[in-house]
Amino acid sequence: MIEGLAAIYIFMLAGFTGYEIISKVPVILHTPLMSGSNFVHGIVLVGAMVALGIAETTGQQVIGFIAVLLGAGNAVGGYVVTERMLEMFRPSNKKAKGEDS
Amino acid sequence: METLIQAAYLIAAALFILGLKQMSSPVTARRGIIWAGAGMVLATLATFMSPQILDSDQVSINIMLIIIAIALGGGYAWYSGKKVAMTDMPQMIAMYNGMGGGAAAAIAAVELIKASNEAAHDVTGSSTVADMLGADVAILGILGAIIGTISFSGSIIAWAKLDGRLNRSKLLPMQHVINALLAIVTLGFGVAIYFTNSLDTIIIFYLLALVLGVFITVPVGGADMPVIISLFNALTGLAVGFEGYVLGNAAMIIAGIVVGSAGSLLTQLMAKAMNRSVANVFFAGVGTDAAVVSSDGNEGVMKEIQAQDAGILMSFASQVVIIPGYGMAVAQAQHKIWELTQILTEKGVKVKFAIHPVAGRMPGHMNVLLAEAGVPYDMIYDMEDINADFKNTTVALVIGANDVVNPSAKTDSSSPLFGMPILDAIDADNVIVIKRGRGTGFSGVENPLFFADNAKMLFGDGQKAASELIQAVKEL
Repeated sequence: MIEGLAAIYIFMLAGFTGYEIISKVPVILHTPLMSGSNFVHGIVLVGAMVALGIAETTGQQVIGFIAVLLGAGNAVGGYVVTERMLEMFRPSNKKAKGEDS
Repeated sequence: METLIQAAYLIAAALFILGLKQMSSPVTARRGIIWAGAGMVLATLATFMSPQILDSDQVSINIMLIIIAIALGGGYAWYSGKKVAMTDMPQMIAMYNGMGGGAAAAIAAVELIKASNEAAHDVTGSSTVADMLGADVAILGILGAIIGTISFSGSIIAWAKLDGRLNRSKLLPMQHVINALLAIVTLGFGVAIYFTNSLDTIIIFYLLALVLGVFITVPVGGADMPVIISLFNALTGLAVGFEGYVLGNAAMIIAGIVVGSAGSLLTQLMAKAMNRSVANVFFAGVGTDAAVVSSDGNEGVMKEIQAQDAGILMSFASQVVIIPGYGMAVAQAQHKIWELTQILTEKGVKVKFAIHPVAGRMPGHMNVLLAEAGVPYDMIYDMEDINADFKNTTVALVIGANDVVNPSAKTDSSSPLFGMPILDAIDADNVIVIKRGRGTGFSGVENPLFFADNAKMLFGDGQKAASELIQAVKEL
């Protein structure tokens, strides 16, 4: 378990990291990046799995099931749309990489 | 085993951060999402090995339920994500984001219900949720629950509004006052959960938070939606981080908080590009009042131009700058515009695309739409990079854009657009505006650019006008 001061350190450093990553992003990538960060918080799926995994009553199982359902939707959907958007960004000298489209 | 799982989470967290980092440059962006995706798969697989799950009394049933839920939720998201049109991307992101918020809220619900149950059946009989979870876990769990729930119901409303399924922007009179009261009551129930062990309190708390998310989002104007979606994205991240603490899961804490802070910054950048403050978006109900601005007399008349003449003008230009707006995407004209660009380039004309930060429905959306049509990203310029260049431009071609080239944002302090950074299309030798009719733009504000001496209007549907331009240029 992560407790007390260690948790505060993690919160703080992660906060700075997020700020740092975004501050250098060109506007053209804002939408894909928003979508990409949307995908990253799909990690909630992992927590949802644990919540369902430790469920003891039917009620808890139902809520846990909903959690995993939603978490999986977040992760998979976030990945698919981000990948689709980024796949289209090509430079004009694309011949160097071969015209695969 | 525990160590291995923790190591997997650590690697996943590192992959998320490196992936996001790579997404900040168009060259490496694609690799970035693949890295982050690998991290997600790794973390998910590792979780199946988690002793917390394997030691449960109902291990086989629960694991089966997990697999079914992943297959259903993931399958639906895969299908809808592959199918959605690029123009509808913003509402899809809103939807997936809402799902994440809902998942975080549901995790909190399981933990809180479990704790209240244990507290109620404790030997003393008067234990509270806080006694069971510990003060830190209880507080962050409840906070994560309220944030996640608001993000869930709010994102669904945002999705419905952008998707055209919900058009009303007023629910009740004095909405903002009611929202403030509702927020206080909801927080009150959150505090009550902490000090009691009542299941009813938890249920009422969640219902109130759901309603609060709806009430907050409904009054927000369509133009402000990107800011709200981005804000909910940040909030979901925060909720995930808090629930990560509740579960003692480092990957969730790191990924959630990184997204929370990155999303907050992105929200501010967007609001700034739209000349709004985040507080304004929520409380002023902008976009509803601003829309009723009287047009106080047009200084001049609009001069019409035929596609033929516009084609000639562009063929012999030294530089053409195309300014696309959301209207272009609605007319599905981006492919035609790219065709036109290629023909002009062959004729030796230098063609550039100028993108306003809020072109499209959110920052960067227009770039995605152009990329879909095949426009390479090195032909696309941001506002700061292109504005000085308009002086050297023979033709600025405005298609489906209006407010982002409205010079009154600079000159007229009474204009609702005043202060918004704009593209200085008016500095070009000639401005050709492709426009469906003579009406005003999204904000309802009259655009003096259309009456300027160097501006000419090419009336017609975006796609049809672009086809005519291609014809005209080809024939020369």
